[in-house]
Amino acid sequence: MAEFAAGRDEERFTIEEVTRYFLERAREIDGTLHACLSLNDNAINRARQLDNRRRREGALSPFYGFPVMIKDNLEIKGSPTTCASRILEGYRSLRTATAVRRLLSLGAVVLGKTNLDEFAMGSSTENSAFGPTKNPWDLRRVPGGSSGGSAAAVAAGIAPLALGSDTGGSIRQPAAFCGVIGVKPTYGRISRSGLVAFASSLDQIGPFATGAEDALECLVAMAGRDPLDMTTVARDPEEMRREFDQTTLSGLRLGIPEALFGDGLDPEIRERIGEVRQRLGSSGVREERVELPHAASGINVYYVLATSEAASNLCRFDGVRYGHRTAKTGALREMYEETRDEGFGLEVKRRILLGTFALSAGYQEAFYKKARKVQAMIRRDFLEAFTRCDLLMTPTSPTPPFAFGEKTGDPLSMYLSDIYTITANLAGLPALSVPAGRDKNGLPVGVHLIGPPWSEGRLLKVAGEISRHYDPGLPPLHAMSAGAGGVR
Amino acid sequence: MKVGIPLFRGWEVVVGLEVHTQLLTRTKMFCRCENRFGALPNTLVCPVCLAHPGTLPVLNSEAVRLGLRAGLAAGCTVNPVSVFERKHYFYPDLPKGYQISQYSHPLLSGGSLRVRTPEGERTIRIHRMHLEEDAGKNLHAGIPDKSHVDLNRAGVPLLEIVSEPDIRSPDEAVDYLKRLRQLLRATRVSDGNMEEGSFRCDINLSVRRPGGEFGTRVEIKNVNSFRFVHKAMLFEIDRQIDAVEAGERIRQETRLFDPSSGRTKPMRSKEEALDYRYFPDPDLPPLVVDQAMVEEERRAMPELPEHRAARLVASAGLTVADSETLVGEEALADYFEEGLALLEAVPQAAGGKGRERWISFILSEVLRELNRRGEAVLSGETSATRTVPLIARVCSGELSFSQAKEVYQTAAEEGTDPLVIVSRSGLAQISGDGELLALVEAVLAENPAEVEAYRGGKDRLFAFFVGGVMKKSRGKANPEKVGEILREKLGSPS
Repeated sequence: MAEFAAGRDEERFTIEEVTRYFLERAREIDGTLHACLSLNDNAINRARQLDNRRRREGALSPFYGFPVMIKDNLEIKGSPTTCASRILEGYRSLRTATAVRRLLSLGAVVLGKTNLDEFAMGSSTENSAFGPTKNPWDLRRVPGGSSGGSAAAVAAGIAPLALGSDTGGSIRQPAAFCGVIGVKPTYGRISRSGLVAFASSLDQIGPFATGAEDALECLVAMAGRDPLDMTTVARDPEEMRREFDQTTLSGLRLGIPEALFGDGLDPEIRERIGEVRQRLGSSGVREERVELPHAASGINVYYVLATSEAASNLCRFDGVRYGHRTAKTGALREMYEETRDEGFGLEVKRRILLGTFALSAGYQEAFYKKARKVQAMIRRDFLEAFTRCDLLMTPTSPTPPFAFGEKTGDPLSMYLSDIYTITANLAGLPALSVPAGRDKNGLPVGVHLIGPPWSEGRLLKVAGEISRHYDPGLPPLHAMSAGAGGVR
Repeated sequence: MKVGIPLFRGWEVVVGLEVHTQLLTRTKMFCRCENRFGALPNTLVCPVCLAHPGTLPVLNSEAVRLGLRAGLAAGCTVNPVSVFERKHYFYPDLPKGYQISQYSHPLLSGGSLRVRTPEGERTIRIHRMHLEEDAGKNLHAGIPDKSHVDLNRAGVPLLEIVSEPDIRSPDEAVDYLKRLRQLLRATRVSDGNMEEGSFRCDINLSVRRPGGEFGTRVEIKNVNSFRFVHKAMLFEIDRQIDAVEAGERIRQETRLFDPSSGRTKPMRSKEEALDYRYFPDPDLPPLVVDQAMVEEERRAMPELPEHRAARLVASAGLTVADSETLVGEEALADYFEEGLALLEAVPQAAGGKGRERWISFILSEVLRELNRRGEAVLSGETSATRTVPLIARVCSGELSFSQAKEVYQTAAEEGTDPLVIVSRSGLAQISGDGELLALVEAVLAENPAEVEAYRGGKDRLFAFFVGGVMKKSRGKANPEKVGEILREKLGSPS
């Protein structure tokens, strides 16, 4: 982004040229990749206007003219927001998400909307009603999810920056699978207004970027209290930049929950992370062994709480006011049933059923309420661990990117791919995934950093150091140029 | 005094009431749409109250303030932390598929209200008060086979007030509702308008042998006036007593009151009860009450109806019944007090002399016109300021009480200043100097002995001359002017 801003200000290129470059690249390779659900028809116009205004007034923000892709569960006024679901057929948003609006007000250019698992429910983008996104490193493999489209777009160079949302790992796991940086901020850091809710108490918006500085810049731009979201916290976004600048590796205490490096973890991933630990150690980072005794319950807790909230949040898609409504005629009850049956995909239905059950009379005590109690214990574990270390490191995903169809028949193994990321959402903590090189098949490996509340700046500083040594490079894009022109 | 519990065919009736009252906020509970009745359908809506994707609720602190005020007025305990939860059910008038309400942790707990029935006075405890949002309205009129939804009301702030099962008769229930409504109106928490649905009531009713085990409770919904509450309860009491006396068991169920038949009908049984799947709304942090706001509300609390009624008894010498009637119609009590202050400034009516006439005038004439024409009759041409001169003239003997009533009725009818009617109908006082002079001279000429005596020092005879002139004018002479002219004609007594 710094490079872009310099080139822009020195007039080595225009914003229009940059915008055209990325859109053309999208048109060229996205037929194969399917990272995007729509491209912004108005992007070139906006770029031109920004160029003109810059000539008159000069540019202020590094974001001025910077292209960005948006996950298609974030709203832009007047455009479709599909959430990769048939139930939002024909829907156009009435407002722009606060996070997106803040980027736009600095001059960002939206290139388009990216693919996702339907309503952000999934870990592979295979649950998109519009077909899956492919992993740019291996087209037979998934890009991760739910923000797979955004991760793939940044990895494939369709956009230098993209926004995603993360409820249980939906930014970090695809970032690991695609070899980019992906950040889930502290809960309350960024407004959720205009983000179509999956699990309101866990959802946060965050960036995908190729460098830590770009991610930081994006977070600072989006963060801060929003009168439209009562769960946002009034903290100065610039504190992240300050901490980023002030953090030094030497003397930093890195917590390692050894118990999480055991069974089920791909040995090569363990090895890559070992290398990273060694390198950080040589920069003066001290390792601390920490225990997170309740972390193992994270998946169970998550699939009770997230589905409970999801079942509730998705009640509004009833065919009455907007979106899909069944063509069949019948009584009110049939209208609801048919509309929702036709509109929602399998995984969404599964989670609605799970969540409805977990909140039902007679079961709420055993499921929802118990999960809330364990959630509090998980949170205490972390806060206790952070009395002895400044940040924690785990793998982002237990496995490298898996093949299409490999886990679709087994939801539980799919759910387990979020085992390392989920606890940060449950505890409301900031966390990120940063590339740590590639495995023997050439597939990216991600390292996962978790920090105490509001420590995004510190995490990004460490991530920046790691990525300097383990830049996975660019995927073999030439292979993708063949099937151009398939972008919706 | 211990009050006897009224029995119905030997059975004790146990009733708890749930009242939903709309709050007088400028905007809705969780969005900034206007909170107003009577607008064209779906004109007071926005993405938030239409439950568009990506929208979030933002709590209206004015609703919290009004809730607190109502709670403080009824002696409730303010809970420092309360929680908004989601109550789920599918219906077209409920855009989100859930209603945001308070469940496990309400804003207010405890409290009470005094009621008075012919049997005496009792305290009805209030269990809790909590905040929630209203739903929209389904409209079934118009095109056949189609229903329409008006979402103007969706998201309007409601306060739900739940009583303990302390009510023992339909009379008591109606009195409780009337007093609760008075309280909400006097504190400007709600307009309490039942026709517009801003004050609604559900009844929970069971019967038992006096003092015995509680019977099975039946909930009656859709009772939208005091009269219907009374009717629905009487019907339900008989239905339940008939059933238990016939050896049947009462089904725990929800019933609907049908105003056209005056009967309650089953709506859904306990088995069909909805599972609302309450859980804390993750979009709304727990509501931590601002203590400064509580103190502000405590300090600014207006005089409550109960206190006002007591004050009117003590200071204006009203009977308890009269004072309660007045306070029952807050605007009428205002009218009374405004008029009373004005009367005190009129010499002939001062010192409480006009008070009795004024209260009896209000309770007969003004109350009737109020019921007939609505609150407009308390302002404009028939305001207290315009009406009080009639009573002043009654006090000074210029008008008879029945003349005053007639004039007032015409004034209310036509919307004309009562004094204009007085002068128009020849009831006007004679104030013209020439005419008065003639009258005075006639009276003096008729009473030479008294004139002599007055001039000789019997100044008490002055009133005799004034009376004579008033009589001659058949009450129409302006007594003040008569006095002036008399003084001039008679000279000072030596």
